[in-house]
Amino acid sequence: MNHAIFEKNSLILLIGILIVVSIGGIVEIAPLFLLQSTIEKVQGMRPYSPLELAGRDIYLREGCYNCHSQMIRSLRDEVERYGHYSLAAESMYDHPFQWGSKRTGPDLARVGGKYSDSWHVDHMNNPRAVVPASIMPGYPYLGQRPLDYANVADRMSALRLVGVPYSDEMIANAKADVEAQIAPDSKGAKDVLARYPKAQVRKFDGDTRPDAVPTELDAVIAYLQMLGTLVDFSKYDASGPNLR
Amino acid sequence: MGPSFGFYNQGGVVSDTAIERSALGDSLAIGCAVLCAALGLLYTFAGTDLPININGAMLAIASALALVYLITHPTNRAADRAEGYMDGPIRVATIACVLWGVVGFLVGDIAAWQLAFPALNFDLPWISFGRLRPVHTSAVVFAFGGNALIATSLYVVQRTSRARLAGKWAPWFVVWGYQLFIVLAASGYVMGVTQGKEYAEPEWYVDLWLTIVWVTYLLVFLGTLYKREEPHIYVANWFYLAFIVTIAMLHLVNNLAMPVSLLGSQSYSLFAGVQSAMTQWWYGHNAVGFFLTAGFLGIMYYFIPKRVERPVYSYRLSIVHFWSLIFLYIWAGPHHLHYTALPDWAQTLGMTMSIILWMPSWGGMINGLMTLSGAWDRLRTDAVVRLLVVSVAFYGMSTFEGPLMSIKAVNSLSHYTDWTVGHVHSGALGWVGMVSFGAIYCLVPWLWKRKGLYSMRMVEWHFWLATIGLVLYITSMWVAGITQGLMWRAYDNLGFLKYSFIETVEAMHWPYIIRATGGLLFLLGGIVMAINVWRTIRGDEPVDIKDQPAVAAAPELRPGVIAVPAE
Repeated sequence: MNHAIFEKNSLILLIGILIVVSIGGIVEIAPLFLLQSTIEKVQGMRPYSPLELAGRDIYLREGCYNCHSQMIRSLRDEVERYGHYSLAAESMYDHPFQWGSKRTGPDLARVGGKYSDSWHVDHMNNPRAVVPASIMPGYPYLGQRPLDYANVADRMSALRLVGVPYSDEMIANAKADVEAQIAPDSKGAKDVLARYPKAQVRKFDGDTRPDAVPTELDAVIAYLQMLGTLVDFSKYDASGPNLR
Repeated sequence: MGPSFGFYNQGGVVSDTAIERSALGDSLAIGCAVLCAALGLLYTFAGTDLPININGAMLAIASALALVYLITHPTNRAADRAEGYMDGPIRVATIACVLWGVVGFLVGDIAAWQLAFPALNFDLPWISFGRLRPVHTSAVVFAFGGNALIATSLYVVQRTSRARLAGKWAPWFVVWGYQLFIVLAASGYVMGVTQGKEYAEPEWYVDLWLTIVWVTYLLVFLGTLYKREEPHIYVANWFYLAFIVTIAMLHLVNNLAMPVSLLGSQSYSLFAGVQSAMTQWWYGHNAVGFFLTAGFLGIMYYFIPKRVERPVYSYRLSIVHFWSLIFLYIWAGPHHLHYTALPDWAQTLGMTMSIILWMPSWGGMINGLMTLSGAWDRLRTDAVVRLLVVSVAFYGMSTFEGPLMSIKAVNSLSHYTDWTVGHVHSGALGWVGMVSFGAIYCLVPWLWKRKGLYSMRMVEWHFWLATIGLVLYITSMWVAGITQGLMWRAYDNLGFLKYSFIETVEAMHWPYIIRATGGLLFLLGGIVMAINVWRTIRGDEPVDIKDQPAVAAAPELRPGVIAVPAE
């Protein structure tokens, strides 16, 4: 073929480039939206509760993904260290994904329930107080800052627009649910559990005064404590029926 | 060949239509500036969070400055024509490249020391590692690298097309609009505004601003090609064009997002989970492939032949190199997701294409290196040539290492470790950094019409500081990454995991110190360059002009003379 046609016509060169660079992306990305087997069918996945969502937003804000992955690979040592390998279904409501690319610190995909709340409080205030060799920055200000959740319902509405199945009821009660998730034994707490099964309801940052407001630390710990806890692996069979 | 507008044949007479067109262009530019200033004010006062208020104020101030300049400097076509090539925006981008380079290296080195000594985070939100790392990556990739690409591409496209840049205000908007993008993005990161996607951290409104700037850049570049007086489009321009148009495509798709409010800074990505991961690494790897590779290959294809005064080694290899490289790079993204929840077929496809990609990469390296045929002595006598050639050698090394690491078995060890960080830096410091330094040292005397650089000895110092720093960096990261990967998978005699995670962190301490020291040397080299460039621009008499090769800049654009293509 005579290459001169590309070298002498800037627009033909442009069109040629566009065609050539489009192919790979189309072949690799489009099927992921079309093939039903891409995301497994599992029991237990649900959208984040409003408090967990606020915690996740802080996780992004502080750039935690720069050092922590949330993706356990299907390798023997990783499964033994962190737990069951991560399923695609487990991040199906993550806009965007937080799989990460670097483990300067450990993987967090299943950190939920691994440590106590008070360990997390101490660790966030000063990581070296509980892990002397840790190189993680301290986040003492999280516990001192009241959580800004004025627009949490708007955030859920935006997520609904991109496909997260938040119901009208969930969005209408968003602010109340933030407050209820840190108030165990309240009427609202029961509603949170009904709307968000397996949600953990307690004052996460240890400040149990009756008039305590939700802090950023509450939200972050609520998020960390639910990571990887939703899917019921007793009902998961990787070899067949869970692939839709 | 693009149509000849016959602009230079008019014997110095500027027609009425031309004057009208200028007035129209000026009014349009003023209108845009007013619109941007209004938008900036809206976000300053009506924005729902502090970061967007601050970013709105930045837009308002920048637009106001542009407005003042536009009103006081109406277009004068006769003066523009007498000027020949349009180099003003290129000078700005060149200076910005040097300054952002030093800033980016500095922030990177601070982050490196933070990993060795976590007390350096000072428990302050805006300088903690998680927020500083995106500042570093954006500053070096988009600010340093981006300005190097804008400066060189706009320089090269004019000289190889024998045409002045298309547009009067558009090239200025590209350069200053791009600087505003950088300031908006970086100030957002330190305030915690991020999309949470590596190398695509800027939020939706900054992405929109970049889209406008980038499309203008594409139009200026294409417009200049379109009105060229040379029949053929030179190979460097193929690479620049592929870089500009592919980055536009990647940027648009990967940053599709739903803002929480049109007056707030936060948004959520359109894609979730596995699709989000694939789209992100399709983007991420091709930020490497097109921003950091194709664009800089454009630099290689102009500045190496020019500096050593030899033609490109092989025309045929250029063609094969170009099309195979841009076709294959796009497929390589899934190798960032081996053994994850991404379907196996995609992982294997990504791995296969990544290995095949080794060939065009080395084809390009050979084409660059063999251009020195008959001029290898220049490697000894000219430190600028040495920067350019060593950069191509590092390109070859990291494009071998990349396919190696994309093999699933190797990746199971290297992924999530500092080996990846080392690999990125052998490409970024070795290839992108060195080739940019070489191009800057060529460009500065040409753009400011100086006899030579202020000091060739300082170039020598820069070369050795950068090279030694780079070697310390990548060797320490090889040791760190492979050590950590092996420790994670080590079992004891009883079949238990041998090391806790924190033991593998402790093992990183000395490699991190060595890495940060290497980064410090690289930073010092950058400062030496900044001083040298500054003194050259200021017009200081070169101290060692006899040691500098007399490489002429491309001839000026000569009004009134149009060569008839020999066809």
